[in-house]
Amino acid sequence: MTGTVKGLVLAGGRSTRMQQDKAVLAYAGESQLDRAVHLLRAKLDDVRVSVRADQASEPVRARYPQVVDAGDIQGPIAGIRAAQALDPDAAWLVVACDLPLLDEATLGTLLASRDATRVATAFRSSHDGLPEPLCAIWEPASRAALEEFLATGRNCPRKFLINSDTLLLDQPNPRALDNVNTPSEFQATSAQLAQPAAVRMLRVQYFALLREQAKCSEESLSSGAATPQDLYAELTARHGFTLPADMLKVAVNTEFSDWSRPLASGDTVVFIPPVAGG
Amino acid sequence: MSSFRFTRAAIDGQALRNELLDLHCGGYASFEGWVRNHNEGHAVTRLEYEAFEPLGLKEGARIVEEAVKRFGVTRALCEHRVGELALGDVAVWVGVSAAHRDEAFKACRFIIDEVKHRVPIWKKEHYVNGDSGWVNCERCAADAHSHDHHGHHHHE
Repeated sequence: MTGTVKGLVLAGGRSTRMQQDKAVLAYAGESQLDRAVHLLRAKLDDVRVSVRADQASEPVRARYPQVVDAGDIQGPIAGIRAAQALDPDAAWLVVACDLPLLDEATLGTLLASRDATRVATAFRSSHDGLPEPLCAIWEPASRAALEEFLATGRNCPRKFLINSDTLLLDQPNPRALDNVNTPSEFQATSAQLAQPAAVRMLRVQYFALLREQAKCSEESLSSGAATPQDLYAELTARHGFTLPADMLKVAVNTEFSDWSRPLASGDTVVFIPPVAGG
Repeated sequence: MSSFRFTRAAIDGQALRNELLDLHCGGYASFEGWVRNHNEGHAVTRLEYEAFEPLGLKEGARIVEEAVKRFGVTRALCEHRVGELALGDVAVWVGVSAAHRDEAFKACRFIIDEVKHRVPIWKKEHYVNGDSGWVNCERCAADAHSHDHHGHHHHE
C-alpha cells in the first residue's frame, strides 16, 4: 500500500530575517504562498497550507485549506507533524513557501522518483549535498520515527532525514531550491524573475526507446529551457525517460550539438539514445 | 548518389558492387551484416531498425569520406537497411574498391566500425518469448535506475 500523495505548503514561519511575512511577498505580482499552492495543485488533488494558530485568519492563508500547528514543537517540523496527524496514511509532499525558483520540473522529478518503501524521498542540496527536507515527500513510515526523534529533544528536519532511510535525488534545476531569507536576497531574486522569461518554441523528435516512452514521435512545445540539458530534464520529468542524459547525445537542427548550446525558437532538438547500427 | 544510404527494401549487394567497378582498381572488399537468430543468449525472431535519417546520412557520408582519405581507396559505399527485418536479411552493406587489397580491407573495416558507433541508428530485437528490447538502451537505463535507488545512501 503506497498511500496517496498530498501537498503541504509550509507557511508558518516567523520571517524574522525578512522583517515581513514571507508568504505574502510577491514576485511578478503573485505571492509566494499562491505560487507554491498553484505549483502543487498542478500535480496533486489535495493541497493544504501549514500555519500557526495565530496566522489562520491572515487573508492570503485563509484562502486555502489549512493544517494548524498543535503542541509546543517549533519550526517546520511542527507543520509536518500536524499534517501527519491529520492524515497518517498519506504521503506528504512538503514544500516551504519561500522557494521562489521552485519549478514544475523539480516537483515532477520528485514525484516520478518517489520510493514509497523509504522514509522519505528528497533532493540532495546543490550547495552542500545534504538532504533538502522542505521540498520532499514524507512517507507515512516517517511519522513514528519523527516522534521518537522529537522525544530526544531534536527538531531539525534535515538532521532527521540524514539519519533516516531517505532516497536522495539530484536536482534537475540546481537553483530551484534556493531559498530567500533576507531583504537583499529578495531584491536580487525579484530582479532576476522580473526579466521576461525566455520562452522558446521548440520541436522535439523522438526515436527508439525515447519515442516509446514519450508515446509520440515528435512534439512542439514552448519551453523555458535555455539549453538541451535543461530541456532533457524538463522532458524527463514529463515523460519519465529512463535513460540518463550522460548516456545520450543531442542534435539540434540535424547536427550534433553540445548539451550547453543556447536554444532558440524554431530549433528542432533530437536526443540520441545509445546507437546500435550494423 | 550519396556514398551512404538508407533503404527500406532488401539490400542488393550485386548492384552496389557494380557501382564500385573501376579499371584502376586491383581489389574490392565488402562486408555484409546479417540478422542472426541469437543475441546475448536470447533467441531472436526478427529485428526492427530505426534511424534519424537526416543526421544519419550526413554522419554516414562523413565516415565514408574519412575512410577514402585515410586509406587512399578509390571508391567506397555503405547502405543500411531500416524497418522490419527477418532472420538472414542483410542489415548493412559496405564495399570498397582500391588499387591494392590491403587498403580495401582496412577501409571496409573502418567504415563498419565507425557506422556502428556514430550513425544514429537503433535496433529493436524481438525474442522468441515475446519480449523485445532496444539494443544498448534497456540495460543502461535499468543500470542507471538501480544506481539511483541503491547508490546514494547518506547516513551520519
